Amino acid sequence: MNPRTMYRKIWDAHVVHEAPGEPSLIYIDRHLVHEGTSPQAFAGLKEAGRKVRRPDLAFAVMDHSVPTKNRNLPILDEAAMGQFSALERNCREAGITLFDMFSHNQGIVHVIGPELGITQPGQTIVCGDSHTSTHGAFGTLAFGIGTSEVEHVLATQCLSQYSSKTMHIVVNGQRTKGVSAKDIILAIIGKIGIAGGTSRVVEYSGEAIRALSMDGRMTVCNMSIEGGARAGMIAPDDTTFAYMEGRPYVPRGKAFQEAVERWKALATDPGAEFDATVTLDAAKISPQVTWGTNPGMVTGVTERVPDPASFHEADDQKAAARALEYMGLKAGTLVVDIPVDRVFIGSCTNSRLNDLRAAARVVAGKHVSRTLKEALVVPGSMTIKAKAEAEGLDKIFRDAGFEWRDAGCSMCIAMNPDVLPPGERAASTSNRNFEGRQGKDSRTHLVSPVMAAAAAIAGHFVDIRDWNVDATE
Amino acid sequence: MQPFSTHTGLVLPLDRINVDTDQMVPKQFLKLQTKQGFGRVLFYDWRYLPGEKPNPDFILNQPQYKGASVMLARANFGCGSSREHAPWAVADYGFRVLIAPSYADIFYNNCFKNGILPVTLPEEKIEELFKRAEKESGYSLTADLPNQTISDAHGLNLKFEIDNFRKHVLLEGLDDIGLTLKHEAAITAFEQAQHPSATMYEPVDAKYSPKQP
Repeated sequence: MNPRTMYRKIWDAHVVHEAPGEPSLIYIDRHLVHEGTSPQAFAGLKEAGRKVRRPDLAFAVMDHSVPTKNRNLPILDEAAMGQFSALERNCREAGITLFDMFSHNQGIVHVIGPELGITQPGQTIVCGDSHTSTHGAFGTLAFGIGTSEVEHVLATQCLSQYSSKTMHIVVNGQRTKGVSAKDIILAIIGKIGIAGGTSRVVEYSGEAIRALSMDGRMTVCNMSIEGGARAGMIAPDDTTFAYMEGRPYVPRGKAFQEAVERWKALATDPGAEFDATVTLDAAKISPQVTWGTNPGMVTGVTERVPDPASFHEADDQKAAARALEYMGLKAGTLVVDIPVDRVFIGSCTNSRLNDLRAAARVVAGKHVSRTLKEALVVPGSMTIKAKAEAEGLDKIFRDAGFEWRDAGCSMCIAMNPDVLPPGERAASTSNRNFEGRQGKDSRTHLVSPVMAAAAAIAGHFVDIRDWNVDATE
Repeated sequence: MQPFSTHTGLVLPLDRINVDTDQMVPKQFLKLQTKQGFGRVLFYDWRYLPGEKPNPDFILNQPQYKGASVMLARANFGCGSSREHAPWAVADYGFRVLIAPSYADIFYNNCFKNGILPVTLPEEKIEELFKRAEKESGYSLTADLPNQTISDAHGLNLKFEIDNFRKHVLLEGLDDIGLTLKHEAAITAFEQAQHPSATMYEPVDAKYSPKQP
């Protein structure tokens, strides 16, 4: 057989039906469901008189609109309450496993899937959420879908798909102290652009990727979509297997060893060809800060806010000028001179235990700047929250002036009460800095957890490398 | 789904690259449980000033574009979130045709589920269309899906490429799920051969866990 990429191997193993000139029918191993994009899908199913084909392969969680404090109080947002009730009803009727907001295992869908071992190498995973690419960190083919496709998967456990082109992103060398997985992916997006991966599935490899923990790998794959890619993946290895062993949905004993052998065979064959290859040197990546209104508008922390005239294309010049106006920034300003009003540490990108540990190392024994209006830490899951508390991280954050919250998407999408007010500027560990993303007329700078933590202490961006803190997540 | 064959309509030239789906439908409207009525909130933050007063600077509010049903857009249209609320809003407002040099994958895919024809044309053709739309008040375009052309009243006629299967589904207004269920036997055979399952080996704190098959 010709050498195959990991993507091709997983694809081939899931083809249910194919015919010339038609998209292939692909079987879906895991369907993750949340309250935001599923009500219309369940309603459509009911309207057509169809049933959920494989409720045992679907897992639902409340994350997008959940409050991150005082969960025992009534929820005043009636629309959010409506979503929760709908998800509860739909899961009850179909017999779908639900982690509601009172579950000890509740959390952001892309955090709890891996954490519970629902996510496993070699699987196809979909969810009505673009950051489903996160799960690719385990060597899965995982991508976001729209609500019509959510309905499709509920009804058929399949999706009609065209195979994608592939892109190999190789990050060679070792990152320097203070540089995190978030900086690696932001630097990649800065290089390929936010549409650089469009209609492609990315495989990340290279020494710097191999050196990452699963938490770091998830951060990288999470933001594949911000580079336009449908999915991003990393071949499973001993780091992956060690992470997986003992998780609730992962086989035990001999069955686990057999699974590991199968998972090892997923890696791209030597000589397999990618449609495109991009190479980066990790040693040259500095801590990254976005200055504009999409994740590709990013630069190193020691740089200045760019002059729109410095872009080659007229469209890019216009977009940069508009972004600077929205962000309230002047071209030429040093990134470290940008003050921040609020800090958000959380989201499916950067809310895992190692992210929180790294941020805690930065703030330990210090206090947030007096100029700061709010500093939030929102763990990715209630399990992470509990583990962090067992290590005393909550105390470190609280002592430093941070709020310590319950798990959810929170200020990344601001569907719950955690909203960035108009005109205010945040250092945020989330994934999107689009206009209005964290709140109407709010201004987002995407950074790593250690960079966000340091900005909270200083009241403005700082080069975390000067603080000599271990950023390893 | 509403079938699509040909459509002639007023052109709205939206001259911005990388228009993301957060702009099409901001987060606060993702809590609605219907697919209808999103036209009112399309481009909400750009379109309205405080108090939902129309922002006269935003092109959608300008009287000459009232009733537009063909949106001319720039590269990477529909990037970001997978929210299908974005194409729901586009369709509910009355747009049936999008014309852009490129689209983000998920949004592009979602358009076909909602009877919207997303036409892709090279940058230089898009530039020409922008010039014409900005020069001529009431500029209209016709999208002809069977013949895969975009044309105007002045003899401009541009051929566009589209996948044959997607074209067929759009022309017939076919139900995707219905199409897939024709392969029910293949799905069952796959399940019998591969035994996809999700076994729980240690209890989790969840509700409504299904019986293991």
